[in-house]
Amino acid sequence: MTTQKSLLEAISIGKRFGGFVALDAVDIAIWPGERVGLIGPNGSGKSTLVNCLSGATGSDTGTISFDGRAIERLPAHRRTRLGIVRTFQIPLPFTSMTVVGNLTIPLRFAARRHPEAKAAESDIEQALLILEDVGLRDKAYESSAGLTQVEMRKLELARAVAARPKLLIADETMAGLSNSEVDEIISLLFKLNDQGIAIIMIEHIMGAVMAFSQRVVVLVAGRKIADDVTDVVMRNAEVVRAYLGE
Amino acid sequence: MVTFNLLLNAVVTGILLGGFYAAVTIGITIAFGMLDIVNIAHPVFIVMGSFIAYIVNRTFGVDPILTVVMASPLFFLLGVAIFRFYYAAFESSGKGSLRGLAFFFGILFVIEVTLLLAFGVDYRLVQTSYIGPNVGFEHVDLPLRMVIPFVGSMALVSGLHIFFSHTFVGRAIMAVAQDEFALSLMAVDTVAIKQLAFGIAIATAAIAGGFLIVIQPVDPSLGREYIGRVFAICVLGGMGSITGTVIAAFLLGVVETVTSTLFGPSWAPAVSFAALLLTLAVRPSGIMGR
Amino acid sequence: MRRIPSWIWPVAVAVFILTLSRLVENEYYMFAGYVVLQYIVLASAWNILGGYAGYVNFGSAAFFAIGAYGTVVLDKLLEPPLVVAILFGGIVASLVGLVTAYLTLRLRGVFFAIATLALAIVLQTLVMNWEFVGGPLGFYTIRPDSIAGFPSYVNYLFVVMLVLALISVLVARAIERSFVGRGLAAIRDNELAAECCGVPTLRLKVFATMLSGGLMGMAGAPFPYYITYLDPNSAFSIAYSINSIAMPLIGGMTYWIGPVIGAVLLAVIQQVATVTISSELNLMIVGVLLISFITLAPNGIVGLFESYRQQRHRRPGT
Repeated sequence: MTTQKSLLEAISIGKRFGGFVALDAVDIAIWPGERVGLIGPNGSGKSTLVNCLSGATGSDTGTISFDGRAIERLPAHRRTRLGIVRTFQIPLPFTSMTVVGNLTIPLRFAARRHPEAKAAESDIEQALLILEDVGLRDKAYESSAGLTQVEMRKLELARAVAARPKLLIADETMAGLSNSEVDEIISLLFKLNDQGIAIIMIEHIMGAVMAFSQRVVVLVAGRKIADDVTDVVMRNAEVVRAYLGE
Repeated sequence: MVTFNLLLNAVVTGILLGGFYAAVTIGITIAFGMLDIVNIAHPVFIVMGSFIAYIVNRTFGVDPILTVVMASPLFFLLGVAIFRFYYAAFESSGKGSLRGLAFFFGILFVIEVTLLLAFGVDYRLVQTSYIGPNVGFEHVDLPLRMVIPFVGSMALVSGLHIFFSHTFVGRAIMAVAQDEFALSLMAVDTVAIKQLAFGIAIATAAIAGGFLIVIQPVDPSLGREYIGRVFAICVLGGMGSITGTVIAAFLLGVVETVTSTLFGPSWAPAVSFAALLLTLAVRPSGIMGR
Repeated sequence: MRRIPSWIWPVAVAVFILTLSRLVENEYYMFAGYVVLQYIVLASAWNILGGYAGYVNFGSAAFFAIGAYGTVVLDKLLEPPLVVAILFGGIVASLVGLVTAYLTLRLRGVFFAIATLALAIVLQTLVMNWEFVGGPLGFYTIRPDSIAGFPSYVNYLFVVMLVLALISVLVARAIERSFVGRGLAAIRDNELAAECCGVPTLRLKVFATMLSGGLMGMAGAPFPYYITYLDPNSAFSIAYSINSIAMPLIGGMTYWIGPVIGAVLLAVIQQVATVTISSELNLMIVGVLLISFITLAPNGIVGLFESYRQQRHRRPGT
C-alpha cells in the first residue's frame, strides 16, 4: 500500500472554536480504494474533521492534498467535483424534489468533470441505475420528503454516489438503524468499495466498523491516538480505555 | 462652527439616545437574537405603545411612561397570542424563515395602516412636566425629556439582564436560545418558554413606545425608521447578548448624534444602516458574538 | 399532436396587448396598464432570487430607484434615448446587487434580507442629500411630446414596459428550466447539501441577485418619464418593496407564471382601491392578503390550483 500514491493526505489539521480546541494537529492519509473506519467518543472531533476535509468549514492550520492537488483553500463544491464526497449524519434531502430529482443535482453539478459527460436526458438514466443499486428504484418518482429513516440514509448515499466520488465519507450513516438495516447499509458500502471508491466510515457501531474497515483511525479529544490495521487498533489499550472509561 | 461644547453636548445627547435605543432594541435581542424569530414588525408595536400613551395622556392626563408600564401586561398577552399563531402556522413546518419573515412584514403593514386610519398622518405628542425643561451641568445641557427615558431604559435593560441571568425562567429562556433540541429532549416545554420570551419582547416594545413619545413626536410611519436601527444594533451587539445590545446602542446613538451635529440631520438614517452593512460584511458575529 | 412550447403564450399575450394598445384611444388605460406591467417585471425579478433561491430581498425599491435616478443623471448629462437609459439602469442596479450579494450572501438568508433593507435606506439617504438630482425636492423630467412610430409618448412608454415585462417573464422561465434553476432550487431546499453536491452556491446566488436587481433597475428606468416628477419618496416607495414580495407569494413562487398572476391581481386591486376608497388602504389590503396567503396558501394561487388538480386526479382512481 505504501508504494502507491495516496489519494488523500491531510497533515496537521487544526481547528478551534473560540477557546475550544476541536482538532489538534491531526494527520490522516487515505489510499485509493481503501476502507477506513474513523471512530472516537462523542465530541472527539470526527465531524469537525469531516467538515474540514470536505470543505464545509475551513481548518485553521494544516494542509490537505487530494489526488496530488492542494485543496485546503477550495470551497466545498470544488472539492466535491474533485471527488471527495460526504454524507450527512442527519440526512438533508432536497425536499421539494423527487428521489430521482435529488440525484440529478450532483450528477449535473459534480459529476460533469468527466469528458464523456452526456446531456440531461441520460442524467435520469444514470440516476435510476444508482437508485437500483441502493434499492430505492421503486421510490424514484416519489417526493423525497416522505421517506423512512433508512430510505433517507440510502438516498444520502445514493446522492453521494451520483457525484462520482473517489473518496466517500459516510458520516454515521447507520446511527439508530435496526440490525438488518445496518447490514443493508454495510453491504451497500462494500458494493461501492468494489467499484473502486475509497470509503471512510464514521460510526459508533463497533461491529460494523470491524466488519467493514481494513484500517481504523481513532480520535480522542481532537487528537489522533491510533491509526493502524483494524485488529491491532481494537486491541489497543488506550482505545479501549477511551471508550470504556467514558 | 464646531466647538468643544457643541461636540460634548452631542456626545452626551448621543449617550442618552443610545440608552433609549437599547430599550427599543431589547425586544429584538430577545425575539431575533435568542429565539431566531425575525420580528420585523417590532418597531410598529413600539409606535402602538406610543399612541396608547398619547390617547391616555390626552384624555386623562396620565403620564405616558406610567401608562405603558401598566399597558405592558396587555402587550405581553398580545405577544403570546402572536407567537402561538406564528408557531402553529410556521415554525413547525420547517421552512419557517421566509414565511415567518413575510408574515411579520404583513403584520407591520396592517398595524401601521390601522394606526394611520385611526389617527391620521399627523405627529402626536404628549404633555408632561418634564418635557421642556433642561438639566444643566457645566458645559452640558441635557433635556429632561431625554434624561427620564434614559433612566427608564437603563432600568428596563438592567432588570431584564438580571432576569435572564439570575432567575430560573430567564435562564430557561437562554437555554432554549442556545440548544433548543437538547432541552426538548429533557422534557422541557420549549414552546411555552419561547412563548413567554416573545411575550416579554412585545411588552418591552410597549414600554419603549412610552419613552419614544416623550422624546419626540410620533406618527404612524415612524416605525420604519427604526427597523434598520434595531437590527443594526442587535447584529452589531452580537445577536442574543444584552450587554452587546447596550454597547452597540450607545455606539450608534453617539455616532448618529455626532454625525447629525457635524453634517446635518438628513444624514442620520444612513449611519445606522451603513453600520449594519459594514458589520454584516466584516464581522457578522458582532461585538459580543460567539 | 405536438405540444405547444409554453413560451408561446407570453409572447402571444404580449402581441395581443400590443395590438390593443394601438386601437385603444383612452390614455388612462396606458397609464394604468404601465403600472401593472411594471409590477410584472418587479415580481418576476424578485422571484428569481426569492422564490427560486429562497433569499428574500426587502429592498426592491432600492434597485428600482437606481434605475429611475440613473435615468435622471443621464438625462441631465446626455439626454440619451430611453433604451440607453434602461440598459444603464439595469447595469448599475446589477452591479449594486453584485456588491451587496458578495458582502452578505455568505451569511444566512435572513441577514441578506436585513441587509437589503439597510441598502434601501442608505441609498435613499444618499439620494436625498445629492443636489445634482434634486435632493429632497425632486427633479422634473420633460416628457418628449412624441416619438416616431407611436401615437403618443405615453403609448411608447407602455409598449416599452410591455417588452420589459415579456423579457423578464421569458428570462424567469428560462432560468427556471435550466440547470441554474435546478441549482437555485437545491440551494433553497438545503444550501449546505447543495454545496456538498457540487453546486457553486455563492456564484449562483450572486448571479441571481445581479439578474434580479438588474431587471428591477430596468423597470425603474422609464419611471421619471412616466411620472414627470421624481422625488426620493416616490422612487424609494416602500410599496415597491412590499409588492415585490407579496405578488410572487400570492401568485406562487415556484413557477414563472405565479408572479405574473400575483402582479396582475394585486396591481389591479390596488388601482381600483386607490380610485374608489383611498390610497392608504392599498397597503392594508396587501398586508392582509400577504398574511392570509402565507398562513393558508403558502404556495400561492398556482399552488392552490395544483393541489386542486392533484385531488381531482386522485378521486376517480382511488
